[in-house]
Amino acid sequence: MSFAEQFQHPLGRLSLESLPFWQMLNDPTRGNVINGVIGTAAALMVVIGTLVTIAMITKYRKWSVLWSQWLTSPDHKKIGIMYVVLALVMLIRALMEALLMRAQQAFGLEGGFLSPDHFAQLFSTHGTIMIFFVAMPFLTGIINYVMPLQIGARDVSFPVLNSISFWLTAAGAALVMISLCIGKFSTGGWFGYPPYTEASFSPGVGPDYWIWALTLASLASTFSGINFAVTIYKKRAPGMKLMVMPLFTWTALCTSIIMIFAMPPLTVAMAQLALDRYLGFHFFTNELGGNMMNFANLFWLFGHPEVYILVLPSFGVYSELISTFSGKSLFGYRSMVIATMAIVALSFAVWMHHFFTMGQSANINAVFGIASMLIGIPTGVKIYDWMWTIFRGRVRFTVPMIYSIGFIYLFVLGGITGILLASPTIDYQVHNTVFLVAHFHNVAIPGALFGLLAGYHFWFPKAFGFRLNERMGKVSAFCWIFGFMLAFFPLYALGLMGLPRRSVAYTEPSYVPLEIAAFLGAILLTVALVTLVVQLWVSIKQRDKNRVFAGDPWDGRSLEWSVSAPPPEYNFAVIPVVTGRDAFTLAKEGGKAYPLPESYTDIEMPKNSVMGPVLGAIGFALAFGLVWHILWMVILFFVAAVVTMIVYGFARDTTRIVPAQQVQQEHRRWLDAVAAATGISRADEYQSANQGLAEMTIHEVPA
Amino acid sequence: MGVTRHIIYRHVGPDGPLGFPNSPTTFSEAATSQECTMMTIGDPCGRMRRSKAATSGSSVCVSALMLAGCSGDTHLSFLDPQGPVASGQRWHFVESLAVLLVFVAIPVFVLTAWFLWRYRYGAKSSRYTPKWNYSALLEIASWAGPVVIVVLLGIIVWRATHALDPYKPLASDQPALRLQIIGYDWKWLFIYPDQGIASIGVLALPVGRPVAIQLTSATVMQSLHIPALGSQIYAMGGMVTQLHLQADRPGRSLGENNMYNGNGFHQQRFSAVAMTPERFSAWVDEVHLHGIALNDQSLKHISQRSTRAELIAALSQPGASDGNIYFKGATDALFSTVVKATKSGTPVAPASVRQEFANRAPLAARKPTESATDKVQ
Amino acid sequence: MSHEVIKHPGLNLGAAHGPQHDASEALMFGFWIFLMSDAILFGLVFASYVTLVNATAGGPEPHALYDIKSVFIETLLLLASSFTFGMASLALKYQHSTARLIGWLMVTLVLGVTFLDFELHDFVSMFAKDGVPSRSGFLSAFFDLVPLHGLHVAGGCIWLICLVGQIAKYGVDTQAKHGVMRLALFWHFLDIVWIAIYSVVYLAGLA
Repeated sequence: MSFAEQFQHPLGRLSLESLPFWQMLNDPTRGNVINGVIGTAAALMVVIGTLVTIAMITKYRKWSVLWSQWLTSPDHKKIGIMYVVLALVMLIRALMEALLMRAQQAFGLEGGFLSPDHFAQLFSTHGTIMIFFVAMPFLTGIINYVMPLQIGARDVSFPVLNSISFWLTAAGAALVMISLCIGKFSTGGWFGYPPYTEASFSPGVGPDYWIWALTLASLASTFSGINFAVTIYKKRAPGMKLMVMPLFTWTALCTSIIMIFAMPPLTVAMAQLALDRYLGFHFFTNELGGNMMNFANLFWLFGHPEVYILVLPSFGVYSELISTFSGKSLFGYRSMVIATMAIVALSFAVWMHHFFTMGQSANINAVFGIASMLIGIPTGVKIYDWMWTIFRGRVRFTVPMIYSIGFIYLFVLGGITGILLASPTIDYQVHNTVFLVAHFHNVAIPGALFGLLAGYHFWFPKAFGFRLNERMGKVSAFCWIFGFMLAFFPLYALGLMGLPRRSVAYTEPSYVPLEIAAFLGAILLTVALVTLVVQLWVSIKQRDKNRVFAGDPWDGRSLEWSVSAPPPEYNFAVIPVVTGRDAFTLAKEGGKAYPLPESYTDIEMPKNSVMGPVLGAIGFALAFGLVWHILWMVILFFVAAVVTMIVYGFARDTTRIVPAQQVQQEHRRWLDAVAAATGISRADEYQSANQGLAEMTIHEVPA
Repeated sequence: MGVTRHIIYRHVGPDGPLGFPNSPTTFSEAATSQECTMMTIGDPCGRMRRSKAATSGSSVCVSALMLAGCSGDTHLSFLDPQGPVASGQRWHFVESLAVLLVFVAIPVFVLTAWFLWRYRYGAKSSRYTPKWNYSALLEIASWAGPVVIVVLLGIIVWRATHALDPYKPLASDQPALRLQIIGYDWKWLFIYPDQGIASIGVLALPVGRPVAIQLTSATVMQSLHIPALGSQIYAMGGMVTQLHLQADRPGRSLGENNMYNGNGFHQQRFSAVAMTPERFSAWVDEVHLHGIALNDQSLKHISQRSTRAELIAALSQPGASDGNIYFKGATDALFSTVVKATKSGTPVAPASVRQEFANRAPLAARKPTESATDKVQ
Repeated sequence: MSHEVIKHPGLNLGAAHGPQHDASEALMFGFWIFLMSDAILFGLVFASYVTLVNATAGGPEPHALYDIKSVFIETLLLLASSFTFGMASLALKYQHSTARLIGWLMVTLVLGVTFLDFELHDFVSMFAKDGVPSRSGFLSAFFDLVPLHGLHVAGGCIWLICLVGQIAKYGVDTQAKHGVMRLALFWHFLDIVWIAIYSVVYLAGLA
């Protein structure tokens, strides 16, 4: 079918062949059956999962609650939680894919059980999902939840835009999910280098799924970045000067700045590749003046800063909780801020190290190699400052702290292999081998994921009002740490033994033992995820024993701990006045932690808005139409998007008032609970006695 | 890891470039044997010597005999280096790793563990200063330490990057062997323009002589990598990249494509076989005698998306029973023609190549010439 | 945060408008940041153009395709529209009559639409000379950059019509003021981008 014919057809490229079991039924060879069964099972999981969710919501009559309390809510806390839920759902899929890939390679001597095409879809979706639909929503969710509370704000600057960002991300995730059921995903990896992903080499729908999923995610992140940056610049409580902000907020700001600057290159790369594929442009083709090096530059101009988008919020989390669980104020605050900002600046100056092997001169390579190493300086400073924070503290080995310790050890190793890769000479040898795979997992898992999971454990009681089960949490944390080591340390060795990344099979028998070890590691990581789910289940069951309504279960230091758990929708009954760093600790020391305000005022809050879900649905449908060349769908939903935005421009009266009386009532109820609670020492942190009120006395031990 | 490989694969004997010291069979025996393929897999190397004397024998066996896979003695890693570039890279890797482990990892690991123990919650006697958060001395040390390490590494990196630049010709008293490599899906075509031959699946190199390689791709981007010899470099359609390598001793090294390019990606492997200069010239002669013609028809098959095994089937030619394919009649113009054809989007094997084949000059008459210099960037 | 300085160019919020002032300041600041992001987008598309301008692949080259006369008229139209939008902003700031505000906005709209009309004619005449995007890397980059600006202008025109509609319906309320102020920034931004296009694409291409 020619391009024009496809667009004329009412269903575009859609046909029965797009179903995952079609090939298996029509050509039932052993390989086709195995791959068909795996593909169909995955599709069924998506379909059944969706149907069961819908059925449960219907059965328990939760649609209206879900719609009015969650889906259309502009509340940053609820949007944050929805982001984290999305991330965890996608994490399950992407981890399953990792497990399949590790299994394939463990049996990959001369074959294995997956077809090359299936394997290629797995590594492409795994990477795409983990970066754009696990790590990004997870960190965006935590920033969303925590940052406004930390700066003493009632919400982000643009609550509806926040909701739209979430729904566009969800639309992108849904697009990746639907690719399991209809058609195939890209086989070009998460960075999809052309010309391989051009129409002449990958004519199917795969790269189109990838392009539009990334475009949706990229737009969403740009809006989130703008939203967070404006919030931090404009909505801080009185006295919350920039150099007083908690470090997590600083890293949120830095991440937002990177999002604002680094997402446009991705948008441009995706748009140009789409123009090539859809309209026969020649940006990245071999022929007629196209040049794929432009794609490499554009993509990594986004891609490298993206690494710091992923890792900086986690750095912020570590700073918060190492300080909190060492019972000590963060060492070298100013250095930490400068180091974070330095990382932001440097992150834009190193992208070329992703393609040292593309044939540029030794001078250029050496400059970019050394620039990449420079990032080691601020990162090193941060590691040392965390160590000095532990020094002369009182360290409690809580679940978040176990993640932090695992992070310090493993991230140093990841940093070291990163510096090795930053040397062009070594990169010429280990680039595109599984050594590289081991390296970026070594920074992404301990660096980003551990931080996000630690943050999940740390702030969960704040968000839901009860603590997570500690024992299961520790089991899970150790499974993550040791599973990571078992899964990825062998890959370093395999990379040095010359195994290229993305190999579906190999012929070297000596690879097998290491591959099996890595497979066991992947199983352990799966156990870690299962434990996390079980922990959540157990904790919900035991929630009444673990309530922390008073709001301060960890003897917290910043403003989010100064309100009830969960916080009221307006966060602060009265906007606090900040006098210095560690604002809540200062208040506790001064005995002003729970002040009784003289009077309350009406609070203006944004009304619910359907813009988020509507634009998300339109975005999804538009992208789906584009993927499958369904012309009427593209036109219809493009017009729908424009009309929706025009209509929204005419909306007035978008806020509502929470009356002062209601605020007073809720605030007094909480203050009564605080007064009734007993302050506990840190030894009882994980006991039922912990109702969220910390003992106020500090026992300093002099030299 | 690499060290283990080093021990396991050090089987290169004194007599054979590819592995085993003694050859039980002579060439003529092998040539007449019905099982020549099998035998050559076990013992290709001793017989190499004698191949020069061979004037007859089926091309099936001759080709097979030359370079069949000595599985089990392949050098996989730059930690088991077979040439000056890889050994330079190994040294650079070891020194950088040592600096980082000694000055970064070990101090952090030891201090962190110590701090965590000494300042644990239960510790009663250790000092506890909840408000202490600044010390000019520690701050300066925290910044100065990484700065010093990075400056040190920066100097090492700057030197190594220039010394081991893949574009830099290797110093040698011998003229470099010119090699042109074209990446196809999913095989590499190795062209020896000055010898007028080409091969797929095996890259033969004379020991001790630098090799100057030009690369391009007739399809998507690929990355040529022979870890035990040196750097990898991308091959890109319509563009030419360069690579300089050298093998110091006879032996077989793993060669591969590192850049994913489709279903046959994992099969785009080859052997880089280093041999003595005498054997190399014997090998060249053999290929001239028994290779397939590299013409329109064979190029058409090569440019299909196929693995090497599928290509052999498509060519339906004898001479490839060792899994490799040998060509005679390769020309200097082919490489630049492919570059230009890929750039303009015309089919490979265009008229100009045909013309070139028609006017093919005798081997001796051809001189090395400057070929395509569409240098990248 | 501080409520002492209650003034913003073009907005007539008084001392009693503390929270609204904060909100509008955040809105304007956010829009500036969006423009910054958009500027990077254009910058990268410019960079693509510059790297591909010589990649004509044997196809038509800039001097065979560009019509400087038409482009010059387009430049004048866009500059004039920026001026008229400036007049609209002044009408807003000094609380002139709504009719005057709408009048200037409509003149701007007419200029914008005329600009688009000229630009479309340019494209059509380029197409006639085999200047189609699928011909070469250079033309791909051209048809990425210049129409991207054109699409922005078209978007601005639609936005302008919507604003006039909002003013007709609600009068010059706070949200309409915000809209006019943001669109003004957007419009002037596109003017600046056009100057860059005029210089980098057309003048350099014909030089």
